[in-house]
Amino acid sequence: MAQISGRVADDVRFVAKDDYLKTLSDLRTEGFEMCVDLTAVDYLTHPGRTIAPEVAGQISLERFEVVVNLLSLSQRRRVRLRVQIAESDAVIDSAFDFYPGTEAMEREVFDMFGIKFSGHPDLTRILMPEDWQGHPLRKDYAPGSIPVQFKGAAS
Amino acid sequence: MTTTEDMTNSGSTEVAAAGTSEGRQELQLRKDISNKEFLRGSGAVLRMSESEVAALADTQSEDQTMIINMGPQHPSTHGVLRLMLELNGETVLRCKPVIGYLHTGMEKTGESLTFMQGATNVTRMDYASPLNNELVFAMTTEKLLGIDQDIPERAVWIRMLLSELNRISSHLLFLATNGMDIGAVSMMLYGFREREEVLRFFQKVTGLRMNHNFIRPGGVAADLPAGWRDEVLNLLEALPKRLAEYEILMTGQPIWRERLQGVGVITRDEAIALSATGPILRSTGFSWDLRRDMPYLRYDKVEFDVIVGSYGDAFDRYSIRLNEIRESMRIVGQVLDAMPQGDYRIQDKKVTPPPRGRIDESMEALIHHFKIFTEGFKVPEGEAYVAIESPRGEIACYIASDGSSTPYRMHVRAPSFINIQTMPLMMRGGLVADAVAVISSVDPVLGEVDR
Repeated sequence: MAQISGRVADDVRFVAKDDYLKTLSDLRTEGFEMCVDLTAVDYLTHPGRTIAPEVAGQISLERFEVVVNLLSLSQRRRVRLRVQIAESDAVIDSAFDFYPGTEAMEREVFDMFGIKFSGHPDLTRILMPEDWQGHPLRKDYAPGSIPVQFKGAAS
Repeated sequence: MTTTEDMTNSGSTEVAAAGTSEGRQELQLRKDISNKEFLRGSGAVLRMSESEVAALADTQSEDQTMIINMGPQHPSTHGVLRLMLELNGETVLRCKPVIGYLHTGMEKTGESLTFMQGATNVTRMDYASPLNNELVFAMTTEKLLGIDQDIPERAVWIRMLLSELNRISSHLLFLATNGMDIGAVSMMLYGFREREEVLRFFQKVTGLRMNHNFIRPGGVAADLPAGWRDEVLNLLEALPKRLAEYEILMTGQPIWRERLQGVGVITRDEAIALSATGPILRSTGFSWDLRRDMPYLRYDKVEFDVIVGSYGDAFDRYSIRLNEIRESMRIVGQVLDAMPQGDYRIQDKKVTPPPRGRIDESMEALIHHFKIFTEGFKVPEGEAYVAIESPRGEIACYIASDGSSTPYRMHVRAPSFINIQTMPLMMRGGLVADAVAVISSVDPVLGEVDR
């Protein structure tokens, strides 16, 4: 996307999975006190995605991406971390020890995408029932529908 | 798992067999959980010293405690929130919110709706402040389209007017339900009465009382109707007197203060650690409001104060919301003076459907209109995160686009979903009756919690 003049671009950083906790700890010391949002994207059908040209060759793109938004209340700025998670090894360290507020968000990501967070105190489904099969926000999980019945209509 | 069921449903085995149990999601017995989970459940969110941990561990005497269920169908749980409480007598030791009863997969639905239709989806999340949801969705889409700087001035100021009026109606609803939860039932009638007057204005502007689908990518759906200024002036004139009545009815009343002061206390560090925003964070004395600290729309052009508390208790959160109504009215007054003339939506043929009048006379306009409403418009590849201040805290929208006319992934950072994490902390050591005051002071909207 073309850069619009006068607009401040988001601070987006690509972080390797192994450096994730170290990065969080560094950023926390740097003044990012709050983990304001943690979510994930399943890039199954759009593997290309948008990445900054300077990191294009250096990271291997994987199916899942955990997106973490940190907020510095003291410096009034945000940073967004994008962590690649392979489908074969869908596990990442939990940010709970640095940001306890991620507890519910990580449970939601686990529930919706099946990405596990090691070190999370209570990793269970949060929105779906406990015995639910599958992870709804994955791209290979079809949105369900209830057939609508009309009297006399050809089915 | 079975022990918990035995405990919660003792004597009614058929209930346990009804298939409604959610197993691990429930509050577990202490012997079944890790120490880390126990500490979190008891409200420990900051790093604790060993003596503090030891003091917590000392309270582990399970033979005197009882796990009970509150909700999901309980008049004071604001929808379908279910809390499992571990009680010792009447004191709450642990608490676990169990959510998901209203989960309808709105983020999944959002992936199959075009950017044009998306506002109808997000507006149903936080149904007490739908216009803020639409606003954040529209702003994220505009950021991806690269037109966020080109929105006409009038559209921006209309958005501000509606956003602030929505804050007023949402906080009035809070005052109503808060009053009802604490036992001031007449407050419920007054709060709903005043909210209805704001909603009546929304109906005039958008056609609907709730779920407006009015703020859309590119601007707003229609211009303000004739006579809108008088309507708003009437509101601004009527409300201060009513707010003064509320002060007499509640703020100064000893019973009201007894029920709220010192209840549900949270400190600044705990609120920040738990990612709590909005009135909860402000009640701890931390002055943080995205309207002032990271201005969007034209909030840098209006004057208002950020209301903060000092004790972090339920009373502070009540007073903050009451006074935020006054600040919102101040902003609305300035919006009335500053409302510019001009277009109410961007004249970008890619995003904006042609005016209704031209559809009757021009074939191209008809095709254009049809295309935009059936196929939608394509949004360039990319991802964007935009956050605004909703009445409940930071509401944000994260959209990843693959270049088609539907979002590849649409995530809404719902403030209520994050804020209910503070409940176990605020309830710990309090009474069951205070738990109701705590739920009320967090002001969760379950449509947004479960999405």
